[in-house]
Amino acid sequence: MTHKRRELIQYAVFAAFIIAVPLVFQGRQSYYVSMLALAGIYAIVAIGLNLLMGYAGQISLGHAAFFSIGAYTSAILTTRYEWQPLAGLVPAVAVSGCAAFVIGLPTLKLKEHYLAMATLGVGLITYSLIKADPGGITGGVTGIVNIPPLAIGGFTFDSDRSQFYLIWAMAFLIFVLSFNIIDSRIGRALMAIHKSEVSASVLGVNVFSCKLQVFVLSGMYAGLGGFLYAHCSPMYYLNPDDVCHFGLSIKLLTMVVIGGMGSMWGTLLGAVGLSILPEALRVLGSLLPAGVNTSDIEMAVYGLILAVIMIASPRQRLKKLLGLDKPRRVEPPKNVEA
Amino acid sequence: MAHLQVQGLHKTFDAVTAVNDLSFEVQRNEICAIIGPNGAGKTTTFNLLSGVLPADRGKIFFDGNEILGLPPHDIARRGMVRTFQTVSLFDSMTVLDNVKVGCHGKAGAGLFSAALRTPGLRREEKAITKKAMEALKLLGVADRAYDQAGSLPFGQQRLVDIARALASDPEMILLDEPAAGLNAHETTELASLILALKNRGLTVMIIEHDMELIMEIADCIVVLDQGMKIACGPPESIQKDPRVIAAYLGDED
Amino acid sequence: MFFDQLPQFLLSGLTIGSIYALIALGFTIIYNTTGIINFAQGEFVMLGGMFMVACTRLLNLPLPVGMLITLMAVMAVGVLMERLAIRPARHKSIVTLIIITIGVSIALKAGTAFFSKDSFTYPPFPGPEHVAVGNATLPGQSLWIIGTAGCIMASLWLFFHFTIRGKAMRACAINREAANIVGIDVERMSSLSFGLSALIGAVAGIMVTPTTQMAWYRGTELGLKGFCAVILGGLGSSPGAVIGGLLLGLLETFGNYFFSGYRDAIAFSIFLLVIFIRPQGILGRK
Repeated sequence: MTHKRRELIQYAVFAAFIIAVPLVFQGRQSYYVSMLALAGIYAIVAIGLNLLMGYAGQISLGHAAFFSIGAYTSAILTTRYEWQPLAGLVPAVAVSGCAAFVIGLPTLKLKEHYLAMATLGVGLITYSLIKADPGGITGGVTGIVNIPPLAIGGFTFDSDRSQFYLIWAMAFLIFVLSFNIIDSRIGRALMAIHKSEVSASVLGVNVFSCKLQVFVLSGMYAGLGGFLYAHCSPMYYLNPDDVCHFGLSIKLLTMVVIGGMGSMWGTLLGAVGLSILPEALRVLGSLLPAGVNTSDIEMAVYGLILAVIMIASPRQRLKKLLGLDKPRRVEPPKNVEA
Repeated sequence: MAHLQVQGLHKTFDAVTAVNDLSFEVQRNEICAIIGPNGAGKTTTFNLLSGVLPADRGKIFFDGNEILGLPPHDIARRGMVRTFQTVSLFDSMTVLDNVKVGCHGKAGAGLFSAALRTPGLRREEKAITKKAMEALKLLGVADRAYDQAGSLPFGQQRLVDIARALASDPEMILLDEPAAGLNAHETTELASLILALKNRGLTVMIIEHDMELIMEIADCIVVLDQGMKIACGPPESIQKDPRVIAAYLGDED
Repeated sequence: MFFDQLPQFLLSGLTIGSIYALIALGFTIIYNTTGIINFAQGEFVMLGGMFMVACTRLLNLPLPVGMLITLMAVMAVGVLMERLAIRPARHKSIVTLIIITIGVSIALKAGTAFFSKDSFTYPPFPGPEHVAVGNATLPGQSLWIIGTAGCIMASLWLFFHFTIRGKAMRACAINREAANIVGIDVERMSSLSFGLSALIGAVAGIMVTPTTQMAWYRGTELGLKGFCAVILGGLGSSPGAVIGGLLLGLLETFGNYFFSGYRDAIAFSIFLLVIFIRPQGILGRK
C-alpha cells in the first residue's frame, strides 16, 4: 500500500482511539479520562521535543521551562488581568516561542554537553525565578489558583470528557503538522544536520537557522501544552513543582527516548505509557506487601528506562534480530601509487 | 575573468602551516586538478574554499565576488559545491531524500508552509523531486532512488554523493578524491562522468592521486607540496616538471 | 553594616565554596579521564552523607569507622556505575552518555528514597562548637570542611603528579588513544576515575551533612552547583575546579545577602553567563 494510504489509516486509527476513550471509561472510571487527557498534553510537548532531539539531534534538558512559561503566561493573564481564557492561547505560545528564540540564539551554537548543560541551566533558572516570585506575579511556591477553564462560544470545557477531546484534538493537529514538517524540505534538512552538520552546510543548509527554527517550534509546542495544562488541570491550579521541575524535563526526555528517538508514534506511545505509569504502579503496588512506596518505584523506573535504553539500544538489537538491518556491501578500497 | 581566483590563501594550525600563501586561478568550464603528496594541503584548500574552515588571511574571488569568510551554506548557494573524501551520506534516509537535501539551498519553503502543506510547498516539493531524480539519472543510480542510502555499495554511495552536490545546479564542483575506493571500471566511468559535467558547463576542481585519471581529464593541474604551489599548468608540462618529480619521489641525493 | 559582616561572609562563602570545589573536582577527574560529564556526581555526595548517617545513627559506629565504611561503599557505587552503565555504552554519543548518567542519578535517588524520605543529620565533628575569627563566628564544622578540602586537594595534586596511577590518568586526559598505545589500561583508568570521584564526592557529603542535613533529593542541587563551579573555573582544569568552587561559594553567599531567596538562581545565572560569554571558564582550555 502506498505511503499516503498507510498514513491515512494510521491517522484514522488514532482518531478512533481518541473518540473511543471517554466513551469507554465512564462514570467511576472517568478518572482515567483525565489521566489520559494529561497524557495528551505531555504528548504535545514530547512531540516538539522529539523533533528537536530525535530529528535534529539536539538535546534539551530543560524543556519544562517552556511548558511552564506557556502555562504561567496564560494563567497570569486570565486570573490577574482577567483576560478571557481562550485569549491566553496566543500569548502563551508566543511568549514561550520568544523565550525559546532568545535562549536558542546563544545556546544552539554550543556543542553537545554544553548545550545539554545550558538547557539544564535554563530549566533550573526558570524554576528558581518562578519560585522567587519577582513582582509577585507568579505566586511563588503557592502558585496560582482558580484558573478559569476554556470556553468557546457558549460552551465551557470544564468536564473531564470535554477537556479530553479538546486536548487530544489539539494533539492530533500537532501530530499532523509535525508529520508534514518531517516530510518536507525542513524535515530533511533536520535529519541531515543530525547526521552531519558539515555535510549539510556544504549542500546549502543553514544549519544554525534550522536548529533555531526547530528549537523555537518545540518551545511553542511546549507553550501550547502549558496553556492547556493551566486551563484543564485537575484543580485549575498551577505551581512551579508541577510544571517546571527538573523531574518534568526528565520525564519528557524519557518519553522521547522510550519511544525511540525520532519516532513520532513512539513518542506518542511513550507519552501515554509514562503518564499511565504512576497509576499502573499504584495498581501493582496494591498487590505487593504494604509499605512499598510506588512513587519511588516510579522514579526508579524512569532512571532505569533512561539508562537501559540508552545503553542497550533495544531498537537496534530488535532490528538486527528481525533482519531489518540490511548490511551494506563494501568494496575494499583501492591502493593507488602515482 | 577567471571563475575562481585565489590570492595569498594562508592557514596555519598551531605550529603547522597547512596552506602557505597560495595563489592560483581556475577558468570557467575547466577541469582543474590539485595534486600533491599526502599532507600537501589539498583537502585543507578545499575546506578553505568551501567555507568549512576559516582562513587566516587571503582572498578568494568566486565569479568576481569575494567569498572568504562566508559560511558554507552561503557559498553553496552561490554555486560552489563540494564532496568529501569520506563519503558521508545521510544513511538512514533514502537515496532520493539524500539528493533532495542538495536542493535545499535553492528552495525556500519554511516551517510554516511545510506544516500546513501549502500549495506553494507542494509545487516546490514536486520540482525538488524532479531535480533530484535528474541528478540521480545523470549519475546512473536512479534505480536505487528509494533504497536506504546506507545500504548501497561504496561505489554507488560515491555517485549519490556527487548527485547530491549536483542537485542544486551548481556552477562549480569540488571533488575530493572521488576515485578513492573505486575499481578500474568504476574509475573509467567516473572519468566519463566528469567530462560529461564539463560538457554541461560546470567548472570542476578535483583532488586525486590517480594520475592516469588526472592526465586523462584535467585541463590544468596545480601541484601542492607542504602547503605551497610548486607548479601549475597543463598536464604535459607538469609531467615533465622536475620540481613535481622531486616532490613525489623525494630529493635525489 | 555590610563591611562589618564581610569576614563572616568571606568565611561562610569559603566554607560552602570548599564543598563545591570538592564536587567540582569530582566532575573534573571523570571528565578528564573519560570525556564524560557525570550527572550522577551529586548523588555520590548524597550517598556519602546518607551512608554516614546510617553508620553513625543507625549502627552507632564510631566516627572513623563510619567514615571508612562510607567511603568504601560510595567508591564501590562509583566503580559499579562505570562498569555497568558507562563501559557498555562507551562508544555512543556524548548525548547518550549524558542521558545514561542522568538515568543512574535518578535510580540512585530512587533507591535512597526507598529506604527513607526524611532528612537526616549527625553532630558536627569533634572540636569547638564555634570559632571566632576576627568579628566572624564560624561553626566548628566549617574548619573541618575547609581543612579537609585543603588536604584532599593537596593529596590529589600529589597523586596526579607523583604516582604512576595518577600520571597514567593524566595521560588519558591528554590523549586517550596515545595512552592506550603506550600500554595504559584505559578501561581501568576509567573505573579508577569514577571510584576516585565517588570518593571525593562522599567526603564532601560526609563533611557537609552536619551543617545542612542530607536527604535523598539533595544530590541534584549539590551536583548542579558543583557543575556550575566546574564551568566557572573551566571544564577540564583541576585548579579551575577549585577556584570555581570557592568563587561560586563566595558569589552565592554575597548574592544571598543582597537578593535573598534567589540563591539558587544566582548560581545558575552565573552558570549560564559563563557558558554564553566565556564557555571555557576562567582557566579552561578552548
